[in-house]
Amino acid sequence: MLTAFDKSLLNIIQTDLSFEKRPFALVAKKLGTTEAIVIERLKFLKEQGFIRRIGPFFDSTKLGYIGTLVALEVKEECLAQVAGVINSYYGVTHNYEREADLNLWFTLLTPNLLKQDEILETIRNLDGVVRLLNLPATQKFKVSVQFSLT
Amino acid sequence: MLDELDKKIIVIMQEDFPLVAEPYREIAERLGIHEDELLGRLKKYHQSGKIRKMGAVLRHREVGYAANALCAWIVPEERIVEIGKMLAKDAVVSHCYARISQPGWPYNFYTMLHAHTRKDCKVLAEDIAKRTGLQEYVMLFSTKEWKKISMQYFKD
Repeated sequence: MLTAFDKSLLNIIQTDLSFEKRPFALVAKKLGTTEAIVIERLKFLKEQGFIRRIGPFFDSTKLGYIGTLVALEVKEECLAQVAGVINSYYGVTHNYEREADLNLWFTLLTPNLLKQDEILETIRNLDGVVRLLNLPATQKFKVSVQFSLT
Repeated sequence: MLDELDKKIIVIMQEDFPLVAEPYREIAERLGIHEDELLGRLKKYHQSGKIRKMGAVLRHREVGYAANALCAWIVPEERIVEIGKMLAKDAVVSHCYARISQPGWPYNFYTMLHAHTRKDCKVLAEDIAKRTGLQEYVMLFSTKEWKKISMQYFKD
């Protein structure tokens, strides 16, 4: 179970780690505790699986990558096979089966459009793929998950 | 433009962040550069928007948000910016993008909704529909996670 302290710590740590020499001391100050306690608790929360990763969130576009969302209709009996091929691509970060005719949805990041076309063409031709919709973003309004724990 | 050191920094910053008093000093040592050089570059990426934020990603199932739905909406072109800005402020919406539509798929706007249950997700979508006046949408609930990773930039 998360304590009230853990929840406050998780709320702060989601956005407020600074690029300063003692970042955890700054977090500790906000929470009215010590740097050592913050570090110890973060280790625990990471071990317990509450924290997936700590680090910077990069803007893929500003790093030169091109992203898209792809929806597929795949015959039920071919789903595992198709999902496996999709997962094998390095730039596929999310791949979810969803309850709809379009039953497989994945995100793809590539260093250029040519690479994207190439990958989508391969996937479009896999056995069991009925249709493939490429749904690139035209505008991004919010790109990050942040949870408010109370 | 990013130079070779920038790329090395970006790669190493995607690895496990050291949970020690001086994490940047440890990372800088591994890179063979001075801590000030590392912090200076990181601050520059932050200012230029290459880094959007610095912090932790939580596992949402672990923190109690068990249900997530990708919600696809039909939004009239002239209302996209207004609605996008409005929903971006919404705490239950984690991702909010306008996307192109396709033949047979008229949806052009997507929100990712998180809640404790599917029923709560549906209530959230109904609430958004009411507030925006949007009527045409579909909720796509995930039934299986085949892959979920953080992108490893410049590692390919």
